[in-house]
Amino acid sequence: MDRFTVFAPRLVEKAEYFTSGHRACQGCAEALAVRLVMKALGRNTIVAMATGCMEIISSPLPTTAWNVPWIHVAFENASAVISGCEAGMKVLMRKGKVPEKKINFVAMGGDGATADIGMGQLSGALERGHDMIYVCFDNEAYMNTGIQRSSSTPYGASTTTSPAGKVSIGQRTQKKNLPQIAVAHNIPYVATACPSFPFDLMEKVKKAANIKGPAYVHILSVCPTGWRIPTSDSIRYGRLAVDTGVFPLYEVVDGKYRMTYEPQKLRPVGDYLKGQGRFRHLKDKDIEEIQRRVNQEYEKIISKCGGM
Amino acid sequence: MAKPMEEIKWQELEPGAVVREVGNAREYETGTWRSEKPVVNADECIHCGVCWLFCPDAAIHQMPDGHFEANLTYCKGCGICARECPVGCITMVAEEEE
Amino acid sequence: MGVRKGIEVSLAISEAVAQCNVDLIAAYPITPQTHIVEHLSEIVANGELDAEFVPVESEHSAMSVCCGSAAVGARTFTSTSSQGLALMSEIFIIASAMRLPVVMALANRSLSSPLSIWNDHTDTMLVRDAGWIQVFIENGQEAYDHMPWAFRVAEDPDVLLPVAVNIDGFILTHMIEPVEYIEDSVIKKYLPEFKYPIALHPDNPLSMGCFAMPELYTEAQKARDNAVVNSYSTIVKAWKEWEQLTGRSYHPIETYRADDADYCIVTMGSYGETAMEVVDMLREEGEKVGAVKIRLWRPFPFDDFYKAVLGKNHLVVIDRAISFGGPGGPVASELRSALYSKQGAPKVINYVAGLAGRDVSRHDFKNILLDAKEKVQRGEMEGYTLYGLRG
Repeated sequence: MDRFTVFAPRLVEKAEYFTSGHRACQGCAEALAVRLVMKALGRNTIVAMATGCMEIISSPLPTTAWNVPWIHVAFENASAVISGCEAGMKVLMRKGKVPEKKINFVAMGGDGATADIGMGQLSGALERGHDMIYVCFDNEAYMNTGIQRSSSTPYGASTTTSPAGKVSIGQRTQKKNLPQIAVAHNIPYVATACPSFPFDLMEKVKKAANIKGPAYVHILSVCPTGWRIPTSDSIRYGRLAVDTGVFPLYEVVDGKYRMTYEPQKLRPVGDYLKGQGRFRHLKDKDIEEIQRRVNQEYEKIISKCGGM
Repeated sequence: MAKPMEEIKWQELEPGAVVREVGNAREYETGTWRSEKPVVNADECIHCGVCWLFCPDAAIHQMPDGHFEANLTYCKGCGICARECPVGCITMVAEEEE
Repeated sequence: MGVRKGIEVSLAISEAVAQCNVDLIAAYPITPQTHIVEHLSEIVANGELDAEFVPVESEHSAMSVCCGSAAVGARTFTSTSSQGLALMSEIFIIASAMRLPVVMALANRSLSSPLSIWNDHTDTMLVRDAGWIQVFIENGQEAYDHMPWAFRVAEDPDVLLPVAVNIDGFILTHMIEPVEYIEDSVIKKYLPEFKYPIALHPDNPLSMGCFAMPELYTEAQKARDNAVVNSYSTIVKAWKEWEQLTGRSYHPIETYRADDADYCIVTMGSYGETAMEVVDMLREEGEKVGAVKIRLWRPFPFDDFYKAVLGKNHLVVIDRAISFGGPGGPVASELRSALYSKQGAPKVINYVAGLAGRDVSRHDFKNILLDAKEKVQRGEMEGYTLYGLRG
């Protein structure tokens, strides 16, 4: 279990750094993830955000949903922009031009910004070792432009550029494994998280903030619009992704893996797929194939964590 | 208060059109999007705050007696709170037609 | 007052940047800019300058890092050329829109394809309309002088715009020239500390780089254009102050023996020096020729330009880039447009010359002038001529 007791929310930061009035769709778990990430980080944070849903819905002039310093430059470069903020602030403090203070430098981007267009820039920033956090909000497609596939879209999902059809299953490729790519950079902290497990998420973000050097947090962010599920079910599907092993929750601290939440027994992947409009066309044999793949990937993570 | 965008003259923009009045998105009332609203049975509410924690719009607040209510100025009516309430004390009710 | 050194122009640029006590340099290697950033990284590595040198993985990231750095209020420098500029152009444009005062030494080089590493102005013309302050310089001393000047202008609270100093690749960047160095104390006096009024910091949160609906986009662009146009007065003031400190004067448009000239050669960048030599040479031969040099390209100094050329008969404009399928070289097109409705406007004869480093000597300049005269006699002054083209 996520260390989740019904009375625990009282212990959570009350202040909102990502405020009401943002224009995310109803039931947007990505907006929730941003809200929780910001609660974990607190006010001494500078955010550089990639173009995408969260940027559009939070900053239509002359309003902003942000209560912390926030910058958006373009789609692919949040990691480079935050590199500049971090390095610039570091030298200003070193030269005594700005008083010393612990500031969290956080880049945020969707899966398109992270896995596709901004992949090189993310790699560059992680390799250079900036004291920063990169948070990827993965809703598994380009939702802002109308649900086009990304390299983070899972196999079999129907999107507007990977539509299921008579001769196509939808997305033909397997989801790119971004956390593993981050791990390959030998950075001190990598984690996966999901807002359906809010305490696990906030704990990981706090850890990422307190570790010196680059940290990468990959957050599965359910999108009711793009996944074609009822708006009330965003939290439920995030939980199902974890409970079926589709999206395991783990962290990698200095190269050491640890599952942060282990379901007693994985639920069948069909529980997660059925009910989502993007997977509605899948046949039983397709689901079997996906189950085989999920098992295989889950085993890999379990073995990296040192076995069951 | 931020001026309505169609009234802002170019001379009034900050350099780079930065917004200094942080968090002023609060002036935008997303509650008008709603077709269903959450109704809390205050007697059954155990004051746990799960609804508050899971609200993507930070549109739930605690009342002086400890129970939680939706802030209808912002609540978009997604129904997450009703779905996630551990004691089932929140019901989604259709907004009445004006 | 200062020390005179014989030094490669790229290195003089780096040392001027270091004297400006820059906080952050982000750069990616590309010929012919490399010596500038190599030497800066060396200066930082030797502890002679306390700055962050961010060795990025692409030019796109170089400009992105510069945006982040300027946004927190750090004095920020980068340098690039050609394909590097093309790759970073997306962010180059945004930097001015967001009023991020980055300074760039742009070692001008042709754009591919065919791939070429040599000098012309096709790279900088790509970003002509990006909202940066853009100047062209002629020699090593000017390159050195324009680094403190660029920071002085970019960071002025009345300006807050990025500045690109265009330096012809190889034919200037790689020359060894005598350069008079200015003492640090003088530069410190000239260049106040950078105080960015919209810096990102938790104590003063703000949102920058927001999204605009059609109701506001036009107003945002007007504000940006106004900032570029209004930067003129600071630009000129900063040159005047530099003149007071060093005795070297710079102007938006500069003329040479142009007062009674029947034909004026118009150039930007290092060709200005060749143009002046050709003018001297032809004056000896009895020709009434002069030179007009455009130093300030953006904001375009319309009044200075009119003052320099109205009443003259002919302008022979040397462009270093082509607008394919368009009206000719970008400089000539712009000058023709500026002169269109003016009384006493000279005729413009346009040559595109020296693409990708093809040598243009004094002799070639003379040929161009002779050719221009023939064109005028034949009344064929439209379009452009690609000078030195075979076939």
